[in-house]
Amino acid sequence: MNPSNYVILSAVLFTIGAVGVLVRRNAIIVFMCVELMLNAANLAFVAFARMNGNLDGQVVAFFVMVVAASEVVVGLAIIVTIFRTRRSASIDEPNLLKY
Amino acid sequence: MINAGAVVWAEGAPVLQEVMPATGVFSLIWLLIALPLFGAAVLLLGGRHTNKWGPYLGVLTVFGSAVIAVLMLLGLMARGAEERSIGQSLFTWVFAGRFEVNMAFQLDQLSLVFVLLITIVGTLIHIYSLGYMSHDPDKRKFFGYLNLFVGAMLLLVLANNYLLLYVGWEGVGLASYLLIGFWQIKPTAAAAAKKAFIINRVGDVGLSIAIMVIFVTFGSVTFSDVFGQAGSANEGTLTAIGLLLLLAAAGKSAQFPLQAWLLDAMEGPTPVSALIHAATMVTAGVYLIARSNAIYDRAVWAATAVVVVGLITIFMGAIIGSAKDDIKKSLAGSTMSQIGYMIMAVGLGPIGYVFAIFHLLTHGVFKAGLFLGAGSVMHGMKDQVNMRRYGALRAAMVVTFVTFMAGYLAIIGIPPFSGFWSKDEIIHAAFERSPIIGGLAILAAGITGFYMTRMVAMTFFGKARWEDDVHPHESPAVMTIPLIILAIGSTFLGMALLFWGNIETWLEPVVGFATAKSPISTTTTIALSLAFVIVGAVIGWISYARREVPIVAPRGSWLTRAARQDLYGDAVNESLVVRPSFLLSRVLIWFDSRVVDGIVNGSAAIVGGSSGRLRRYQSGFARSYALSMVGGAVFVLLALVLVRLS
Amino acid sequence: MNGEAWVFWISGGFAVIGALGLVLSRKAVHSALWVAFTMINLAILYVANAAPFLGMVQVIVYTGAVMMLFLFVLMVVGVDSSDSLIETLKGQRLLAIVFGLGLAGLLVFGIGNGLMNAGSVGLDEANAADGGNVQGIARLIFTDYLIAFEATSALLITAALGAMVLAHRERWTARASQEELSKQRFLSGVHPGNLPTPGVYARHNAVDTPALLPDGSISLESIPRPLEARGDIRAIDHHEVNEVKEIDAP
Repeated sequence: MNPSNYVILSAVLFTIGAVGVLVRRNAIIVFMCVELMLNAANLAFVAFARMNGNLDGQVVAFFVMVVAASEVVVGLAIIVTIFRTRRSASIDEPNLLKY
Repeated sequence: MINAGAVVWAEGAPVLQEVMPATGVFSLIWLLIALPLFGAAVLLLGGRHTNKWGPYLGVLTVFGSAVIAVLMLLGLMARGAEERSIGQSLFTWVFAGRFEVNMAFQLDQLSLVFVLLITIVGTLIHIYSLGYMSHDPDKRKFFGYLNLFVGAMLLLVLANNYLLLYVGWEGVGLASYLLIGFWQIKPTAAAAAKKAFIINRVGDVGLSIAIMVIFVTFGSVTFSDVFGQAGSANEGTLTAIGLLLLLAAAGKSAQFPLQAWLLDAMEGPTPVSALIHAATMVTAGVYLIARSNAIYDRAVWAATAVVVVGLITIFMGAIIGSAKDDIKKSLAGSTMSQIGYMIMAVGLGPIGYVFAIFHLLTHGVFKAGLFLGAGSVMHGMKDQVNMRRYGALRAAMVVTFVTFMAGYLAIIGIPPFSGFWSKDEIIHAAFERSPIIGGLAILAAGITGFYMTRMVAMTFFGKARWEDDVHPHESPAVMTIPLIILAIGSTFLGMALLFWGNIETWLEPVVGFATAKSPISTTTTIALSLAFVIVGAVIGWISYARREVPIVAPRGSWLTRAARQDLYGDAVNESLVVRPSFLLSRVLIWFDSRVVDGIVNGSAAIVGGSSGRLRRYQSGFARSYALSMVGGAVFVLLALVLVRLS
Repeated sequence: MNGEAWVFWISGGFAVIGALGLVLSRKAVHSALWVAFTMINLAILYVANAAPFLGMVQVIVYTGAVMMLFLFVLMVVGVDSSDSLIETLKGQRLLAIVFGLGLAGLLVFGIGNGLMNAGSVGLDEANAADGGNVQGIARLIFTDYLIAFEATSALLITAALGAMVLAHRERWTARASQEELSKQRFLSGVHPGNLPTPGVYARHNAVDTPALLPDGSISLESIPRPLEARGDIRAIDHHEVNEVKEIDAP
């Protein structure tokens, strides 16, 4: 099994996540798409680790998970705060920072 | 000759004097200048609180300077001829690399005669103004300006370097501007002031460039340094400096081709005309050239140009003076003409410098007297200046008449009046240079006789042509006493300076002196010039005293009409300078508004417009930003792939 | 096709389907479930990729913790809030798809181009060096990546504190005491006591039988509101009321 297949799969998942970020407006779904993109990157790391024959890639993927977990905690707190003040979870709503 | 170092072309050039330190009374040199400037500051800054006593303070400060000047004269006379150049340095004024200029003064024989002329005539005119301006609401301001003028003029003649001289030069220009336009409610006065100022600027440009060239050539602007090294510069440079200084002198002294402002300058109050535009400021050009004799003595072409300019102006002034009906303008033409004599004389080299200064002194006194006399006449005639409205005033104004006659005899050069001695010496010296120059000078002397006789005849003789409500009366004592003093000066100053004061030996250490080797003898010169003067005077007498003078001026010959138009000086300026300037301005305005502003505004509009459009991309939508990020990533990837593939 | 290929194609296909489901679902809850599905499949792929430790962590951290957190927040924000699928930004969707296709195409092309002939070393040797995958990762984390690991601990603490700060709502007034709450309840004008139970003074005690008031009329408050809305109220006629009186008569 050629590990490059995993990398291509990771690219496909990453792209789907990116498109999701671009087209969805619900902040939570956008956030989940970001998570998907992170996971796709992790998959690539794991595949690369296997290709190169050392565990550094897996360690990095592990760190990505830790950071992603922290990020989810803070990000969701932000979403909740925004929802509390604006009664909406749409990311198009907070668009005051503009021209 | 070029690059070989200039040689002295004329005999009798002076050796540079050693400068003595200022001791005793001479340590007060600065006070000469400071007193009038102090007066000006008090009068101009003090406002109307000084209205009451301000004019008297103005008179006192100038009088104080005059006293100091007389003390210095005595001090200098007590010294040996070689110790009469005194320097006083107050502080370093400009210090920039090699360029160092001190606030320093130089009092020598040349400066001193100017200081005496300025302060004594200045004092007399200040006193006269007390009467003349007594009813003017802005009397205080007038005296403030006069003091400013005296201070600046003293700075001009006492400076020991060209830059400080330039300060005085501009200062007198400013004072002249302010005083010509003193009655600025009159549009003609305001215009005349502007005209004088602008034409003077042309000359000032010449002086400033001359100073730059002097600094570049000699590395200093101090007189002693410059004149000491004058022999080392090549003749071309010296000629350039000489011509530039001549331009400056022409502007300040109303010489051809910058003569047009002086006639209009008569819009100012008469004491101003007497002090600034007859006796002192307009002679600054003569001073400048005489002071720079070391340069002109080594630049024969520059000196020749000086002679030519002087000669042209002699005739222009004389012709204009013959045609004008306005008494002050006629006198102004006469002033131009007389200064033309001086300029011509300084162009003659060491044979002329002394007599130029001599004539300057006598002219300063008698022309001031004439102007003040004219002012006195105007004062009694309700400010009427048209001589065709005068006539038969000799009985109504006895003192004015007598003093005016003294000035008249002095200016046309009747012995033993002072003008005779100075003018004939100049004519005599002119013959050495060329019989043509001498002949023209004598001819001009004849015209002087004509126009002055015309003036006297129209004013004091003939029938009364007064306007109905005019009752001529003699002026108050405060005005007649200066007139009397100046008349005494007009009568005796020439003899006093020549025989008792030995003006040649007095000035020789500064400007040099050589006896003219004329092809004709002194006696012949005197006889010739007297003959011409008398012929001119007789013609004038016959035309204007014996015949009826029409109140409305007749059409006159083409020359008269041209002279009434100031020999088309304004028209020439208009067509040669003003119109092309307007045209150039229009082109520049068009260029500025279309091309320069077009580029500037266009680029601003491009930036503004594109910013306005780019701004729209700052929509505030996080998804739009994310889209551009993804787009960017795609393009980076594309570029990478393309690079790898190629 | 060997075993790993089967795993790859099946789990990989499921992961892609889950990802598409995430993007295409209308409701956020469905999206969350799709993500969970994708992540489980990814965990399987990790295991297949000789990363059993990461596979487990993936399941625990992502599918367990992170996705539950998402669901909690969805409860807060509102499960029902479905996204309108009409795009409001002009050209956003079209450009997103174009860029997405471009990105995918370029990535796949680039990776395929670059890794086409890349061999795979395999992790057997690396795992064997420390006696297993977990030991190997542990050695790396606590030796080479120690500082980064310690930094992530600080990051986690900070994130927890940050979440608390962000989600914390400031209390501006003192908490109301029980007495105050009680007074408030009575002052509000709402019926303070129990509502009448159905079936009182009736022959039926079914939930659709309204209670009778002393004057013989029925109390609508005794009927559950959904029944009332549906009109499922048992009819009670005046006979019965009279009969009640008779019954009550001594």
